[in-house]
Amino acid sequence: MTAITHTVSDSLTMLRRDFRHLQRYPVMAISGLIMPVFMMLLFVYVFGGAMLTTVGGGSYVDYLVPGILVMAVGAGSAGTAVNVNVDMTEGVIARFRTMAIARVSVLTGQVVGSMIRTAVSLALVVGVALLIGFRPRATFGDWLLAIAVLLMLTLALTWLAVAGGLAANKPEGANGFSLPFQFLPFISSAFVPTDSMAPGLAWFAQHQPFTPIIDTLRGVLTGTPIGNSGWLAVGWCLLATLGGYFWARKLYNRDPSR
Amino acid sequence: MTISAFGLRKNFGDHVVLDGIDLAVPQGSVFSLLGPNGAGKTTAVQILSTLITPDGGEARIGGHDLRTDPDGVRSVIGVTGQFSAVDSLLTGEENLLLMADLRHLPRREGRRITAGLLERFDLEEAARKPASTYSGGMRRRLDLAMTLVGGPRVIFLDEPTTGLDPRSRHGLWQIIRELVAAEGVTIFLTTQYLEEADRLADRIAVLDGGKLVAEGTAAELKRMVPGGHVSLRFSDAHALDVAARALGSTNRDDDALTLQVPGDGGVRSLRTLLDELDRAAIEPDGLTVHTPDLDDVFFALTGRPTLEGSPR
Repeated sequence: MTAITHTVSDSLTMLRRDFRHLQRYPVMAISGLIMPVFMMLLFVYVFGGAMLTTVGGGSYVDYLVPGILVMAVGAGSAGTAVNVNVDMTEGVIARFRTMAIARVSVLTGQVVGSMIRTAVSLALVVGVALLIGFRPRATFGDWLLAIAVLLMLTLALTWLAVAGGLAANKPEGANGFSLPFQFLPFISSAFVPTDSMAPGLAWFAQHQPFTPIIDTLRGVLTGTPIGNSGWLAVGWCLLATLGGYFWARKLYNRDPSR
Repeated sequence: MTISAFGLRKNFGDHVVLDGIDLAVPQGSVFSLLGPNGAGKTTAVQILSTLITPDGGEARIGGHDLRTDPDGVRSVIGVTGQFSAVDSLLTGEENLLLMADLRHLPRREGRRITAGLLERFDLEEAARKPASTYSGGMRRRLDLAMTLVGGPRVIFLDEPTTGLDPRSRHGLWQIIRELVAAEGVTIFLTTQYLEEADRLADRIAVLDGGKLVAEGTAAELKRMVPGGHVSLRFSDAHALDVAARALGSTNRDDDALTLQVPGDGGVRSLRTLLDELDRAAIEPDGLTVHTPDLDDVFFALTGRPTLEGSPR
C-alpha cells in the first residue's frame, strides 16, 4: 500500500522537478511547440493548393490536421529522448539511485511531464487549425475518442523515447533515435493518400503503424471511413508502450557505468 | 557493527577492482578507506551504497542486507560522491526541498530542515540561485547538505574534499567532526589525502590494488613503520664533532651541521638524549622531532613513495 502511494508521490515530486527544469530552460520546449504549427501552416498555404487534387477535393486543412497532430507527438518524443539523455548525465541521478524512492519514479516523472507538454502542443495545433479553417464534424464523444487515441500514441512514443534516451550515449544519439518518429509520418497517409504513392512505397505506407493511427483520427474527427484501422492503432500503441516501458526499466536498472 | 562486509569482490571485465574486502565499522565512528587513485575506493562506496552490485561477498549496513534488502539500506544511508550529485538546474533551496520530498517529510518540516541546512552550510545568500552558478566549495557543501536531509544514520563520503581549496577543505572537516560528535552518525570516508584520514578517522584501512593491506588507528599504522628520529642542529663543526662522539652511531650531515638520532620522539628518550648532551657540555642550536607519518606507512606497505600523484 505505502509502496504504491510512494510511487505516486515520488513520481509527482519528479514531475515538479521536470517543470522546474522547463522553467529554467524553456527554449527547447517552445521550439517544440512552434514546430508542428509551422509545419501545418507550411502545408496548408504552400503545398495545400497542389495537394487538394490528390486528396480528392474538400478542404486540405481537414485532411491534414490528423497527420500534423501525429507529427506533433513525434516531435514531442524527440525532446523527451534528449531530455532524458541529458538528465542521466546529471550527478543527482546517481543520488536518486541510492535513496529509498520508487526507482521507476524518475522515469514516470519524465513521462508524465512529456505527456503534458505534448498535450499543450496538440491543443495549440487544434486551436490554430480551427483559426485557419479546420471544420471537424466530430461530436463531443468523437473528440473524446480522438483525445484517447492521441494520449495512447503519446504514451507509446514517450516510453520509447525514454528508452532511447537511456540507451544513447550522447544527446545527439538520443535525437537520432527519435528521427523515425518524426519522418515516418511523411511516408504515411498524413499528407497524401497512400495509393497516390509509388507502388513499393505505397505498400510500406499502408502497413506502417502511423497510417492506421492517422486514419483513425481522421475518421473520428472528419467522418472518413475507419475500417479496421481503429484496432490496428490500439494494437500498435499498446505494443510500443509495453516495449518502451520494459526496455526503459531494464536500461535504468542496470548498473551505471562510471 | 553498523557496516560489516565480507569478501566483497568486483571485476570490470578482466580487471579486478576489489579482490575480497572485509570491513567492520562500529556505530558513531569515522572509518577511512585510504588509497591512491584506482585502488578501488569509489567502487567500494558504490557497492556499499547500493549503486552497483558486487560480483561476490556479503555486506550489512545499519542491519539491512545489501543483497536482499537494498531499499532498507537506502533508507538509512546518505551518499556524497566525488562527482557532485546536485541538480544544477535547480537552486540550492529547491535541491534541498527535492530531497525532503523524496524522503517523504511533511512540507512544513521539509522547509524547516531546508532553512536550517542553508544556514548551517553558509548557503543562505545563494539559496535562490541555480546550483550551476555555485563554486566548487559551495557545490560540495550543498551536496553534503542534501545528503543530510532526512537524517541518515550512515554517511558515505567519497573523496569529499578532492579538488577543494584548503579553506573549504578545513570547513568541511569541521562539519564532518560536528556530525559525529553531535548526532552520532557513522561515517565511511574515502580519501587519497593522508592528512584527511589522520585528522578525521578513528580507524583507517589502506587499500591498494583492490586489497586491504593494513588496518588500524592512525597511531597503530604509524607504529608499524620505523623511521622516527630526532634531528639536532649545531652552531659549528666542533660542537657537531663532540656531539657525534658523545652520542655514538648517528647520521651526520657536515654541511647542514645536523645530527640525526634514531628514536621514537617520546619524552623519555628525548630526556635521555638531552642528558647525554649535557654531560658532554654541548648545547644544540635547535632540535626537531620527526615521527613517522602515514606517508611512511604507505611507502612501507606498498613500496610506492606517496599517495598523491600515484599513477592510476
